[in-house]
Amino acid sequence: MIRVYRWAAFALCLLAAPPCLAPRPVVAAELVAALSNHLVAVTTGFSGSSVLLFGAVDTPADVIVVVRGPEGVASVHRKGRSMGIWVNEAGMAFAGAPGFWSIAATRPLDEILAPSVGAFNQIGLENLRLTPMEPSSARRIGEFRAALIRTRQHEGLYAVQTGEIIFLGNRLFRTDLWIPANAPIGTYSVTVFLVRDGDVISAETTPLVVGKVGFEARVYQFAHQFGLFYGALAVLLAAAAGWLANMVFRRD
Amino acid sequence: MDIYLPIAEMSVNVLVILGLGGLVGFLSGLFGIGGGFLTTPLLILIGIPPAVAAATSASQIVAPSLSAMLAHWQRGNVDLRMGLALLAGGLAGSAAGVAAFAELHQLAQLDVVIKLSYVVFLGVIGLLMLKESVAAMRRAGARAVRPKGRRTFIDALPLKMRFRRSRLYISVLLPIGIGFLIGVLAAIMGVGGGFIMVPAMIYLLGMPASVVVGTSLFQIIFVSASVTILQAATTQTVDVVLSLLLVAGGVIGAQFGLRAGARLRGDQLRVLLALLVLLTAGNLAWDLIAEPTALYSVTETAAP
Repeated sequence: MIRVYRWAAFALCLLAAPPCLAPRPVVAAELVAALSNHLVAVTTGFSGSSVLLFGAVDTPADVIVVVRGPEGVASVHRKGRSMGIWVNEAGMAFAGAPGFWSIAATRPLDEILAPSVGAFNQIGLENLRLTPMEPSSARRIGEFRAALIRTRQHEGLYAVQTGEIIFLGNRLFRTDLWIPANAPIGTYSVTVFLVRDGDVISAETTPLVVGKVGFEARVYQFAHQFGLFYGALAVLLAAAAGWLANMVFRRD
Repeated sequence: MDIYLPIAEMSVNVLVILGLGGLVGFLSGLFGIGGGFLTTPLLILIGIPPAVAAATSASQIVAPSLSAMLAHWQRGNVDLRMGLALLAGGLAGSAAGVAAFAELHQLAQLDVVIKLSYVVFLGVIGLLMLKESVAAMRRAGARAVRPKGRRTFIDALPLKMRFRRSRLYISVLLPIGIGFLIGVLAAIMGVGGGFIMVPAMIYLLGMPASVVVGTSLFQIIFVSASVTILQAATTQTVDVVLSLLLVAGGVIGAQFGLRAGARLRGDQLRVLLALLVLLTAGNLAWDLIAEPTALYSVTETAAP
C-alpha cells in the first residue's frame, strides 16, 4: 500500500511541477499523534471522562493541542433592570461558537508562538473566530464576545488555563484531555500543532466523538423522534408509580 | 452517586434528587398539597434548566395526584361532573400554556416569566392563607363560615348546570374558566395548581370542602398528563429519569408526611403551609429584584 501511495505522490509532484521537486526541509510526517479513545461514551454514570493524547515528533519542538467542541449558534443575553426586576434585555448571537474549548501546550503560549500565527490558527480564546449574526458596533461585539467566553469558562466549558503537555524524552509527548460531564454531545476536533521558532510548521486534526450510548441514547432518540409517545410513556410510568403507592400504603 | 440525565444533559447526584423528592413528598403528605410549586423552584435551584424543571415537574405530579385521588374516589369524594367541566377548561388551558411556554423559550424570557408567575401567585395565595388561618386560630376552634346565598355576577352567567355531588346549580362556564387558568399555570409553572384551585372552588364556586380536594385532584391528574405529553411533543423538555427519581423519593416522603400531619391541628398546619408558600415566593422575588451575580447568560439556539 505504502509503495502505491509513494508512487502516487511522486506522480502528483511531477504534475504539480517545480516547487515540489526542490528539496523540502519540512515533511508532513514530522508529527504523529493519536487518541487513546475516539469515542467518549456518555452513559448513565457519566461524570466526565479523560482521553489520552500521545504522539511523537521527529526533532525537538513545541506542541500545542486545541480541543474544540461542536459548533453552534450561541445567544448571549444581558440582564437589565426593568420595572424593578431583572429581565433579559439586549442579546447578540454568535455563529461558530464551539460548545467546548480547551488547550494544552508544552510551554506558555506567548513564549512559543508569534501573535499573528496564533490569530491565524485560532490558538487561544482571544483568537476564537466568533461571527456575530447581525452587524453591530465593535465595542458591543467585544462586550458580548467577552461575556460569552466568561460565561462558558464559568461553566467549565472553556479552558481558563493552558493544560500541560509532557515530553517523555525529547520525542514522545502525552497529555490528558478532560471532557467534563456538562460537555455538549457531538463531534469534537482535536488539533495538534507543531511549533518551532514561533511558527506552526505542521498540524494534524483528529475527530473525537462525545456521544450518548445505550440507555441514554435510546431515551434521547425516542424523546426527540416520538415526542408524543414519549410523553404518554412518562405519564404512564408516573401513573403506575402512583397507583402502586396507593396499593402499598392503603390505609383502610 | 451520580446519574446522567438524558434530556437535561447533565449529571446529578441521585441522593440529592431522591432527597428533594422526599422533602416535597413529606410536605405534600403533611399539608395535603401536590407540591409542584416547590419542585420546580427546587430543581432550578440545583441547576436543572428552568424549561426542563417545569416540564418534568408537571410529569411527576401525575403520580402523587393519582395515588391521592384513588383514596378520595374510594370514599366517594369526587364530583365527576364538576371534574369533567374543570378538565374541559384545563385541557384547553394547558394547550395554550404549552404554546406560550415554547414562544417564551424562544424569546429567552421563559425564566423570568416562570419566576414572576410564582412570586405573584404564591404571594397572593400565601397571604390569603395566612390571614385566614391566623383568624381561625384566634377564634380558637370556631369554624369559618362561608358566605352562602350571596348573589354576585356569578349567578348571572348563562349555561347553568346542576352538580349534584357539590350541591350546586351554577353556570358551567365558571368551572371551565377556572380550569383554563389552572391549565395555563400548569404548563408555565409546572404545578398541579391545587393551591389555587382549592381556594377557588371553596370561595368562588362554594363547593363543600369534602369533595373539593378529590375533585381538584381528578382535574390535576389529567391536566398534568396533558401538559407532559404536549411538552414532550413540542419542547422535548420532559426528563423521564429525573421524573421517576422524584416520584420514588416523593412516594416515601409522603407517607412520613401523612403521619406527621396527623399530630398537628388543621389551623396550625395551614399557618405553616402559608409560611412555606410565602418563603418560596419571597426567595424567588429576591432572585428577581437583587442584582444577579451573572449579568450575562448564554443559550445555544441552534446547531448548523
